[in-house]
Amino acid sequence: MQKLTKEQQDYQNFVKQKRPKPPLLKNILMAFIVGGLICVVGQVIMNFYISRGMSPKEAGAPTSATMVFLGAFLTGLGVYDKIGKRAGAGSIVPITGFANSIVSPAMEFKREGYVFGVAAKMFVVAGPVIVYGMCSAVVIGLIYYILKL
Amino acid sequence: MDYIMAFVIGGLICVIGQILMDTTKLTPAHVLVLFVTLGAVLSGLGLYQPLVEIGKAGATIPLTGFGHTLVTGVIEEVNKRGLLGIFTGGLTSAAAGITAAVVFGYLMAVLFNPKSK
Repeated sequence: MQKLTKEQQDYQNFVKQKRPKPPLLKNILMAFIVGGLICVVGQVIMNFYISRGMSPKEAGAPTSATMVFLGAFLTGLGVYDKIGKRAGAGSIVPITGFANSIVSPAMEFKREGYVFGVAAKMFVVAGPVIVYGMCSAVVIGLIYYILKL
Repeated sequence: MDYIMAFVIGGLICVIGQILMDTTKLTPAHVLVLFVTLGAVLSGLGLYQPLVEIGKAGATIPLTGFGHTLVTGVIEEVNKRGLLGIFTGGLTSAAAGITAAVVFGYLMAVLFNPKSK
C-alpha cells in the first residue's frame, strides 16, 4: 500500500471522526425485536400445521412456504420495506427477508421485460444464497458419505 | 413456551446478522449467503438440530434454517440411496421453500409495482 503523507492521514482521521456511526445498540434491539416477532409468527403457523396432524418435522416445509408467501405479499404491498427500514437484519435474516430479496428487485426491473427484468433479477440475491447453500450441502453430504463407508 | 423460545432464539440470530452488518462491510446479501453456509456447516457438525429443538421456528425461520434443511435432506437421502442422495437430498427437503419462493416471488413481482419512496 502507498504511504500517505501526514496531511492525508490527518484528513482520513478527520473523516473517520465525522462519519456517522450506526447506532449499534438501537439497531441490535430493533433486529432482536422484529426478528424475534417474525419467528413467533412462524411458530404460530407451524403450530397450526401441527394441530392439523403433522409432525413438527413435516410442518417445517409448509411453514417455510407460508412465510415466503407472506414475505413476498407484504413486499408487493410495500409494507415489508417499511419494516425493513427500521429493523435491519431483523427483517433480512428470516426467510421472509429471502422472499423480499426476490420480489424487490424483480418489481424494480419490470420495465426491462419479463425475462431479463422480472425473471432474471429475482435471483440477484436469492441466486447466490441457493448456490452457496447447495454447494455447502453437497460438500457436507460428500464428507458424510465418505465417513460412513 | 414455544413462542418465547422462538422469539429469543430467532431474535438472537438476527442480532448476529445486525452486528455483522454494522461492524463490517458485509451487505445484506453477504449476510444471507454467510448464514445459509453457516447453517449448513453447523447442521453437518450436528450442532443445529439441538438449536431447532430448543428454538423451534426461532431456529428454522432464519436463513440458517434453510442451510440446515438442505443438509438434513442430503444426509437422509445418503442414508437411503447412498451416493446419489448427495445430489437429490437438498432439493428434496427444500422443495417447498424454493418452489414457493420462485412462484410467489414471480407472482407478486408481476402483480405489484414498486411504491414510490
